[in-house]
Amino acid sequence: MTQAVATHEAPKSFIRRYIFSTDHKVIGLQYLFLAMAAVTIGIVLSIYMRLRLAWPTERWPLLAKLFPQAMAGGTISPEFYLSLVTMHGTIMVFFVLTTAPLGGFGNYFLPIQVGAHDMAFPVLNMLSFWVTLAGFLVLLAAFFVSGGAPISGWTAYAPLSAVGEIAGPGLGMGQNLWIVSIALFCIASLLGALNFITTTLNLRTKGMSMTRLPLTVWAWFTTAVLALLAFPVLLAGGILLLLDRVAGTSFFVPAGLIVSDKILPHKGGSPLLWQHLFWFFGHPEVYIAILPGMGITSHVLSTFARKPIFGYRAMVAAIFAIGLLGFLVWGHHMFVSGMSPYSAIAFSLLTLSIGVPSAIKTFNWLATLYKAQIRFTVPMLFALGFVSIFVTGGLSGIILGQTSLDIPMHDTYFVVAHFHLIMGVAAIFGIFAGTYYWFPKMFGRMMNDALGKLHFWLTFIGIYAIFIPMHILGIAGHPRRYAETAGFDFLAPLQPIHVFITIAALVTAAAQVLFFFNFFWSIWKGRRAEINPWRATTLEWTIPSPPPHDNFGPQAPVVHHGPYEYSVPGAAEDYILQTAPPTAMKS
Amino acid sequence: MAKTIPSLADIETITIGSRPPGRPDDGGRGGGERPPSLPEGSYRLAMLFALASIGMLFLGFTSAYIVRQGLGEDWRPFSPPSILWVNTTLLLLSSATLHRARSLLRREAIRESLRWLSLTTLLGLLFLAGQYEVWRQLTAQGIYLSTNPHSSFFYLLTAAHGAHLLGGLLALGYLTWRGWRRRLLLMGTPDHLKRYGALVGTAALYWHFMDGLWVYLFILLFLWR
Repeated sequence: MTQAVATHEAPKSFIRRYIFSTDHKVIGLQYLFLAMAAVTIGIVLSIYMRLRLAWPTERWPLLAKLFPQAMAGGTISPEFYLSLVTMHGTIMVFFVLTTAPLGGFGNYFLPIQVGAHDMAFPVLNMLSFWVTLAGFLVLLAAFFVSGGAPISGWTAYAPLSAVGEIAGPGLGMGQNLWIVSIALFCIASLLGALNFITTTLNLRTKGMSMTRLPLTVWAWFTTAVLALLAFPVLLAGGILLLLDRVAGTSFFVPAGLIVSDKILPHKGGSPLLWQHLFWFFGHPEVYIAILPGMGITSHVLSTFARKPIFGYRAMVAAIFAIGLLGFLVWGHHMFVSGMSPYSAIAFSLLTLSIGVPSAIKTFNWLATLYKAQIRFTVPMLFALGFVSIFVTGGLSGIILGQTSLDIPMHDTYFVVAHFHLIMGVAAIFGIFAGTYYWFPKMFGRMMNDALGKLHFWLTFIGIYAIFIPMHILGIAGHPRRYAETAGFDFLAPLQPIHVFITIAALVTAAAQVLFFFNFFWSIWKGRRAEINPWRATTLEWTIPSPPPHDNFGPQAPVVHHGPYEYSVPGAAEDYILQTAPPTAMKS
Repeated sequence: MAKTIPSLADIETITIGSRPPGRPDDGGRGGGERPPSLPEGSYRLAMLFALASIGMLFLGFTSAYIVRQGLGEDWRPFSPPSILWVNTTLLLLSSATLHRARSLLRREAIRESLRWLSLTTLLGLLFLAGQYEVWRQLTAQGIYLSTNPHSSFFYLLTAAHGAHLLGGLLALGYLTWRGWRRRLLLMGTPDHLKRYGALVGTAALYWHFMDGLWVYLFILLFLWR
């Protein structure tokens, strides 16, 4: 019965062990470090944008050193601003929000939490990471080709993205690289998703029934299913877009389109078709980013409230409901595209109905906290922050989900504020909660508590200082994606808000240095962690920190308990490990 | 294996959080009866999900096809070159021969099974060669990728299907080669045979799907108006 374990010795050579590793833990860390590199670049790009918006005419010779060509003269041109928008969005959505919570934590902890020695297909898993990395490098290469990075946004709307260099800088080679990068990312995600699904269904250890899975595993599993079904549609769209650009087909480019005084040879395509294909992927992608954060939040809240998660069944059902509805609401991104008002109403109603499972999750989190002896550790603070930001961002979603409100708001900063809070920041808070929570397990040391708390408060307040004023900009009618704010009379009174947001963004970005310092300092100098420092219940807390190559050694664990048995009356301690003998429950 | 898939009933019986303390439980219906990390059981499952994903890719293409067809005065479909019918027959035949190979393998008639497997690989190769011939004939008639949207979709869909089929062909080719090379070994140990059978079964699942996908694409491109 243990023959499989025999093949599970750690490879000896450095390259097989740490570089081209098939160990899910090493791959998980590789994903996390990739996401850290990506998020750093993404933040830097956003700072360039914020500086441009706050002080439009200022010269930045120091900043120009990074982009000598695009910032010739030291200023950020409107075109360069658009390529910053594109690259910031693409890097953050794909290589941070998808990579860290799913590729990073999912890879590291899903096999351990189900009691497996590794993923079902370790080699596919390794491939998945390396293809992701290739996609990232191809995307970054877009900065360094002639014309620079594309200016068509992370949504790459056709025909702007489909007609080539004639429509603007970055739409030549830069846009091609963008498409190739995204195609690689799609393929990598599929390989990863197959592993997640198969491992969850097939490699659970004895006693780990589906109903004893931690909510993190349910979240990763559902996310993997979404990725499996959504990414191929983006891949299909990307292939069509590439053919329009390089092979002269007309899928997305309409007939008689005139760009820069030239009639293009394409005929009869539909730009709307791209939007449908893109958002059929794009909306599930939002949930791919946020669902793992929901799983981590549930897990962390239960641990530090020392209470079972309230309504486990309902939580699982809500995850599924959100995933399913996520496939039916893509049209709400297209209310201003001229779609039929009848289908807009259908999309609107379906969108609003997502409020129901979201509210179920929120109230269950609150019920978990109700009358709890909360331990305000750093991961707990970030999990609470997740709930706060999820609610704030979700409320503006109810506003934007209604066509009559969305149409005037759609191209304003209101939307920017909404999706940053709900998709970006909430997911990032989930990642932070996961990092502070699992750091002791991954590195065998604790992160510094005081620095962590300082990081939390600066980030939490900073985030609200950035994004609440953005709602006001939006309500005042400030258009998004504009680099130029100076030329419009009605925008002049709003300029101080831009300055405020930029200062808040700079402070918040600086606060992240605390996190990076704490992270890397603690890897080497942190206090040594015990096996189970949080006194938590799930399987990762039964094995050494960091876990050995084969996780559980020759003996697979046997599970006797659910994942959240905290403060069980009559039990010796206020938590019961999933592997504790069944009698531990008895008084 | 079936019971590892969650059902509503599973979720109904869960009592986490409200479980009365002291209720004994000696390990549930988890996946744990199998030794963990044995891959055979996962092949088929992973393949089913991979096929769902590939299906979504072609669904994406299909929706684009239907929308684009609805738009166009420029939509000028050509009729299927006659060799396409031959190709289709070859591919359907290959599914039949693969089925035969599998049932022989199950009866441990290894040598015969490998013959049918080789024949399947050959038929697959012939299909791909035939598809290439179709492209050649079309370009000779002046029908190119960008000629009109129907031809764009024809080249796109046949190329996408061909690329996937090539993957299946590589798998079948590898399995055939491995089968012939380790034939004696295979007959010697039931473990190897079981593993080999699982691999062939997974490849067959993929192959039949590609076969069905081709029939679907053929109907979409030429019969469905």
